[in-house]
Amino acid sequence: MAESDNIVAETAEKIFADLADAQTINRDKKDEWKAPLWQALTDAGLPLAWVSEDCGGSGASLAEGFSVLSAAGRFAVAVPLAETMLAGWLLAQAKIASPGGEMTVVPASPRDRITVNADGTLSGRARGVPFAKVAKHFAVLASDARGDLSIALVDAGKCRIESGLNLGGDPSDVVTLDKVQPVAIKPAPKGFDQARLMLMGGVARSLQIAGALESMLEISVRYSNERVAFEKKISKFQAVQHNLARLAGESAAALAAATSAADAIANATAFNDEVFLEAVAAKIRCAEAAEKGGAIAHQVHGAIGFTIEHILHRYSLRALAWRDDFGSDSYWAVELGKLVAQRGADELWPLVASR
Amino acid sequence: MTAALRFDPIRLPPECEQLRKEVRAFLAEEIAAGTFDPHQPNREDTDVPEFSRKVGARGWLGMTWPKKYGGHERSFLERYVVTEEMRVANAPTRRFFVADRQSGPVLLKYAPEHIKMEILPRICRGEICFAIGMSEPNSGSDLFAAKTRATKTDGGYLINGTKIWTSSAHIADYMIAIFRTSPPTKENRRHGLTQFLVKMKQPGIQVNPIGQITGQYEFNEVVFTDHFIPDDHVLGEIDGAWKQATSELAYERSGPERFLETYYVLTELVRAVGNNPDIRSAEGIGRLVAQVHTMRRMSVSVAGMLQAGKEPVVEASIVKDIGTIWEQQLPHRVRELAAFVEETATNRETLEKQLDFAIKTAPKLTIQGGTTEVLRGIIARGLGLR
Ligand SMILES: Cc1cc2nc3c(=O)[nH]c(=O)nc-3n(C[C@H](O)[C@H](O)[C@H](O)COP(=O)(O)OP(=O)(O)OC[C@H]3O[C@@H](n4cnc5c(N)ncnc54)[C@H](O)[C@@H]3O)c2cc1C
Repeated sequence: MAESDNIVAETAEKIFADLADAQTINRDKKDEWKAPLWQALTDAGLPLAWVSEDCGGSGASLAEGFSVLSAAGRFAVAVPLAETMLAGWLLAQAKIASPGGEMTVVPASPRDRITVNADGTLSGRARGVPFAKVAKHFAVLASDARGDLSIALVDAGKCRIESGLNLGGDPSDVVTLDKVQPVAIKPAPKGFDQARLMLMGGVARSLQIAGALESMLEISVRYSNERVAFEKKISKFQAVQHNLARLAGESAAALAAATSAADAIANATAFNDEVFLEAVAAKIRCAEAAEKGGAIAHQVHGAIGFTIEHILHRYSLRALAWRDDFGSDSYWAVELGKLVAQRGADELWPLVASR
Repeated sequence: MTAALRFDPIRLPPECEQLRKEVRAFLAEEIAAGTFDPHQPNREDTDVPEFSRKVGARGWLGMTWPKKYGGHERSFLERYVVTEEMRVANAPTRRFFVADRQSGPVLLKYAPEHIKMEILPRICRGEICFAIGMSEPNSGSDLFAAKTRATKTDGGYLINGTKIWTSSAHIADYMIAIFRTSPPTKENRRHGLTQFLVKMKQPGIQVNPIGQITGQYEFNEVVFTDHFIPDDHVLGEIDGAWKQATSELAYERSGPERFLETYYVLTELVRAVGNNPDIRSAEGIGRLVAQVHTMRRMSVSVAGMLQAGKEPVVEASIVKDIGTIWEQQLPHRVRELAAFVEETATNRETLEKQLDFAIKTAPKLTIQGGTTEVLRGIIARGLGLR
């Protein structure tokens, strides 16, 4: 497990270790672990980490918040921490203060649109919104007839929510806004667009996937050193070692891509092609790593890893589910391919080698 | 807990950007002057001595070495930028690359002072070419099974035996080789090998080129018959080369050359597809670019570890494992994506020629410098499995 970079991440790590141990959670059929965990996270100011103190948050830096998300990935926690952080961040872009409690962002797919009507109400439909079901408020990005963007705080109770579940068993819902009067609405800052929101969400998911892969590597290595077959620990079989070496490679690639993208966004002065490449590449490469790495983790665990009793699925299925949020890897690969094609062949290497 | 793998997001400092501009300008001049054709990767086996001297004169060889040996005391990250720009431009680096990457650092660590003073400045000037003599007909992955003997004689050693797959031996001035000075011991089968500096083009050394499936002559069989090496050409500890050879390999494994060898087909694909790609081409290109970007971030990160004085053996092996598999698959993916490119694409012929060459190159990429299986063994050791 990687060492924490800072005090904020250390706090998160400690809370997860105390209250979100995967074994305990997996055995708790009534989700009794959720309330104390959320309370502890709230007391530590983590859900509103990206909101300045004058807007009701704890004013952590982008980088600190990102490392909280890496830790959340390592524990594969199924509470809307990333979602509330993103919502707080979005609201803060328009200097709207965040209320307390669980939040999520709407839309959560680059292909969904929410509209600001002439009377100031909001309409539209957004699919695959993570944790909409448990959120008290939504941070909404919407555009009016002229295409100008606004950011709004919306009471979740005013919206229609059709429940759904993602691969990992977490809420992934359809949210319909039918002339909903927002609690607050303000213009989005100049240059802000929906791609920017999606990529911020995408980087959050990339860090979570990379974290889950780190944990999958760790439990797989441990298991291979415990399980005996043919009178040997299976870790002594070369075929198993090579599978684990590949898992280490996928985990390393995911971590490198996700942390590089987080670093790029945290230090960006403008959201240019180079930052776009970092964010999109992370989402694509982490999705690929989730597929390849998750398969190896299951292989090493044999049938035990396929059971609901075992913790492996907490990581593997969530990592697979997170591929789809805020634009799938396929969607972003097309966008990246278009950008590269538009810049032209001779501008590809300068883009890749820009930092 | 397993070994924590960290690939910190190292950024190239501003001096690297300045340097990159200089390297690009230099390469553009050389291309304009007809020194090499950036669209012709298969000139790897041709040797361009004038180009090497010019690169040396620019101060781009021995960049991280002490000034007193002709080096420039610059950072690993600056060296990284020069290497990747040369690779992507398909510059003819054959004459100097091995010396700069690997042999020079070995000499710096293990050669006697007068040899360092004699040879290192010449490497930095781009005058001399090195080969690596590790593999033998019955000893490849199992490096420590090497049998070529170095027998003690008056004032030196007599060498008998055969090295094989020795890249550039036909043009090399020197080789750094491992020879058997004692039998292995019961406790340590790696014991008994010693590293030597071999002066090529001397009596008792015969170099026989071996053709490759790409049509190139790049590696060789090297036969030693009573070849004499003086005592002061022993590098490091007698019988202890196994420690030296393994640390040498970290330099060989994480650089940009380990994922960029077939990169040119990606550039040519983007050119052929044009600026308004269909969805299939766009997605394919997007994925490949995301992958190469990620690998480069990992590789830069390892260069940062080297700069910080670490020995990132496991991380370097991971980069080579993922990188070589990627560069091996790349021409095949490009072939698939190019299937529906317009017949009229102006670079169609270039792309097809490049694909032909890259597909023939691909099989060797996961063998040279340590096979995939060997690397995964090293990674597994790093994970505590062995
Ligand atoms: C283009 C090219 C350039 C080269 N240049 C040089 C050079 O300049 N100097 C030099 O010294 N060498 C050079 N080599 C040689 C290269 O380092 C060896 O080819 C390599 O180490 C593998 O050895 P081998 O070919 O003898 O294969 P082998 O060792 O016989 O291996 C054959 C297969 O068996 C597998 N294998 C072997 N042992 C194990 C094991 N324990 N577990 C699992 N699998 C195993 C290997 O991974 C491989 O797949 C070059 C090779 C190539 C292709």
